Amino acid sequence: MNKNIILCGVGGQGTVLASRLISASAMARQIPVLSAETIGMAQRGGSVFSHVRMGDGLYSPMIARGEADLIIGFEPGEAVRQLPFLKPDGQMIVSSRPVMPVTAALSDTGYRAEAMLEYLSSRVSRLVVVDAEKALRDVGSPKVLNLILLGAALRAGALGLSAEDLKASVRRLIPEKFHALNFRALDYEP
Amino acid sequence: MHDEFVMGNEAIALGALAAGVNLVCGYPGTPSTEVLETVAKRRGESTYVEWSVNEKVAMELAGGAAYAGARALVTMKQMGLNVASDPLMCLEYIGVKGGLVVLVADDPGPISSQTEQDTRSFAAFSRVPLLDPSSAEEAYRMVQEAFELSEKYQTPVFLRPTTRVSHGYASIRVKDPEEYVVHQAEGFVKDSGRWVIFPRLSFANHRKIEERNALLRDVFSDFPLNRTEPEDPSLAGLRKGVATGGFSWTYVMEARKNLGALRTLKVSTPFPFPEKLAVSFLSGLDEVLCVEELDPYIERELVYVCGKYGLKTRILGKTTGHMPLSGENSRDSVQAALAAFMGLPVPAVPADNPPPLPVRPPVLCAGCPHRASFYAVKQAMKGRKTVFCGDIGCYTLGNAMPLDMVDTCLCMGAGLGIAQSLNHLEKDRSCFAFVGDSTFFASALPGVVNAVYNQAEFTLIVLDNSTTAMTGHQPHPGTGRTMMGSVVEKVSIENILRGIGVSAVETVDPLNHALAVETVRKTADLPGVKAVIFRSPCVALFRSPARVSVDPAACVGCKKCIREIGCPALSVRDGKAVVDSAQCNGCTLCMQLCPAGAIRKEEAR
Repeated sequence: MNKNIILCGVGGQGTVLASRLISASAMARQIPVLSAETIGMAQRGGSVFSHVRMGDGLYSPMIARGEADLIIGFEPGEAVRQLPFLKPDGQMIVSSRPVMPVTAALSDTGYRAEAMLEYLSSRVSRLVVVDAEKALRDVGSPKVLNLILLGAALRAGALGLSAEDLKASVRRLIPEKFHALNFRALDYEP
Repeated sequence: MHDEFVMGNEAIALGALAAGVNLVCGYPGTPSTEVLETVAKRRGESTYVEWSVNEKVAMELAGGAAYAGARALVTMKQMGLNVASDPLMCLEYIGVKGGLVVLVADDPGPISSQTEQDTRSFAAFSRVPLLDPSSAEEAYRMVQEAFELSEKYQTPVFLRPTTRVSHGYASIRVKDPEEYVVHQAEGFVKDSGRWVIFPRLSFANHRKIEERNALLRDVFSDFPLNRTEPEDPSLAGLRKGVATGGFSWTYVMEARKNLGALRTLKVSTPFPFPEKLAVSFLSGLDEVLCVEELDPYIERELVYVCGKYGLKTRILGKTTGHMPLSGENSRDSVQAALAAFMGLPVPAVPADNPPPLPVRPPVLCAGCPHRASFYAVKQAMKGRKTVFCGDIGCYTLGNAMPLDMVDTCLCMGAGLGIAQSLNHLEKDRSCFAFVGDSTFFASALPGVVNAVYNQAEFTLIVLDNSTTAMTGHQPHPGTGRTMMGSVVEKVSIENILRGIGVSAVETVDPLNHALAVETVRKTADLPGVKAVIFRSPCVALFRSPARVSVDPAACVGCKKCIREIGCPALSVRDGKAVVDSAQCNGCTLCMQLCPAGAIRKEEAR
C-alpha cells in the first residue's frame, strides 16, 4: 500500500501527534514510513503541516503537488492552503472551525470559514466536513480535535488503517489517563 | 538491531551513542536541538551530556575531551557555528586524538534563522572535513563514520544535516545498546609541543592539513556514500547529468521516477571534494545541472574540476540562473528544473483563485509574559524618544503589531551593543536592550561589562521566563537543572548584574501591569546602566488552569484589549470582545487594561 497524507492546521492544534499516530500504526503493520513536519518558530500560531508517506520505493518524506491521497485539515483556511497538494480524486477531511489570526482581529477583516468551506466543496468531490464545535462539545474536551479528525478519516476509509491500529498506537504513545478520552474522540460519530 | 521510527536528529544521537560517544555538549538552536536532547534521554552511564552556556564554550569542552582521547559530539545550528568558530578554527590546526564530531544543522529557507549560510563553505574555509547526509538513515551511519574518520585523520569532522533531514522521520534499523561500541578515553597526556598552539606549530600543521585533505579527496572518491547513479540507457544520448547532495538528493531521486533517470552524482563529502569520482561522472557529459540548497558549492567544485582537468562539460546551476539563488528547494521546484533541463514540458501550475487566505505570522502565545513586559515598557515610555533593541528568542515576536516593540534584531546579545552605541550618538534617546534569560547567559555578559566600564547609558530589560522557550524548553544556568538530571544552585541574574556594577537592578512580575509600568518608569530615568528583570514563567511550560472571560453585557465594544496587546485568544464577535478559552491562560493582562471592567477572572477549573 502506498499512501501520501498531509495534515495541516495552526501551531498548537495537535497535528504532530496525529501524524505520529498514523506513522506508528503503519510501522506496526511493517509498512515503511517517511514523514516531515514543521518545527520551530511557526509552531507559535503559524501555519503548520505534516507530510506522511507510506509504502515502498520512497526517497523523500515530502509530498509533491497533486500527490496527496488525503488531506486532514484542522482548520478551513489551512486546508485551502494545502489543496494544491491533493490528487484530483483525493479525499479531504476538514474541521469547520476557523482559528482567527491575530492580524484578522486587529484589522477587522475577520476571514470567513464559510467561504473556505464553499470553495473546498466546489473543488473536492470526496470532502467530509466535521462540525468541530459540536464534536468537541459532545466529546467533552477542547483538546482532542486531532483524534476526532482521525476518526472521521477512518470512517471515510481514507487512512488504509483500522481503528484498532490507531488505538494500539494511542496506547503506546499517549499516557494512560488520556486513553478513554482519546478513544471516545476516535469513535465519535456525529 | 531493531527498527525505530526516528527523527533525523534522533538518528544522529543514536548513531553517536552506538559509536560509544563519551561527551556530548552544545547549545540549543533549531533545527539541531533534538540531537542532544535524545542523547540525554537515551544515554548510558558512561556518556556525559550538558547544555553548555553557548556554542563557543561547548566547542572548547568537546575539544578538551578529544585531547584526552574521548569521543565527543558538539551540537549547534549554523548560527552557533559563528559563535564557536574561534575555537574550531584553532582546533583544526591543533588536531584531536579522540574522535570529535561537530554537528551543525543548516537551515535553508531560512525557516528559523537569520542567515542562509552554508556550513559546506565553512568546512572549506576551516579545512575541516564534512559529511552531508540526505536522510535519517544516512545520518545514523555517517555520524559513526565521522568518529572513525576523525580519529584516523586526527581532525574534527563536521556532520551537516539541513532542516528537512534533521526534522524528517523515517523507520530505520538501529543497534541495540548491547551492540554499542565501548570507547575508553585514555586520559590527557601532557605534551606541550602538541597541545599549545604557537605560530611555528601552526605553520607546520597547516602543511600537514593540506596534505591530508589532498589525500582525503582520493579517499572520498571511493567512499561508498559518494556515488554515481546510472542513467536510463534511453536517455544516454542526451549526454546530460545531475549533481546533487544533502536533502536535495531525495528530490532528484523522486523526479527520476517521474521524468526518467539522468546520470546522477551524489556528493556526501562536499569537503574535501571527491575529485576523481567527479571526473569519472563528468566523462561523456555535455551538461550537468547542480541541484543543491544554500551556496552553489557542488557547482563551484565541478567548475573547478572541469578547469583543472580540461573538461568541456558545461556546469549549470545557481550561478547560471538555472536554479534559485536562495531559499529551499522542493519536490516541485526540482522536478520543474529537471524537466526544463531535459527538454521536457514543464507542467504549468494550475491557475487557482481561492478566497484570500489568512496570513499567520507566528505570535507570542496567549498569556505569554513577554507580551506583558513589552506592553509595560511601551506604556511607561509613551511619548518619549526611544529605541527598543531586541534579540533572538520567542521575544523577537514582540516586533509584531500591535506591540511593535522590537526596533532592531541582529544576533544573540547584539541588542546590548546597539543600545549603548545609539545613546553615545543621541544623548536624548532613551535606549533599551531586551534579552531573554538563556540569551543573557549565552551572550549578554560582555555587553553589560562593556557598558558599565565605558560609561554607557541604557536600560537592560531581562525577560526571564525560566527556560529556553523558543527551542523547546531547555534548562540553562538560571533554571537550576542540568541535563545530567541534577538540581543545582541557580546562577542569579540579579547578582551578576550587581557584581558587574549595574547601578539599579529591579525585579518585577510583568503580569502586575501597574507595578511593572511604574518600575520601568522609575528605573529608566536613572543615570548609567540599569536593569529591570521581568520574571514570570513561560506559559507553555507552566500551564495555568486560570481563564478570563468577557461579560458581553459589560463590554462596550471599544476593542482596546485587541488594539493594545494582540493576544491570540482575543477576537471580536458581534461587536464584543470574546476570549477563546482553549487558548487563554488567565494572565489577566487584558482584564487589567479593560476600561469597562468587562473582563473577569473565572474560578480555576
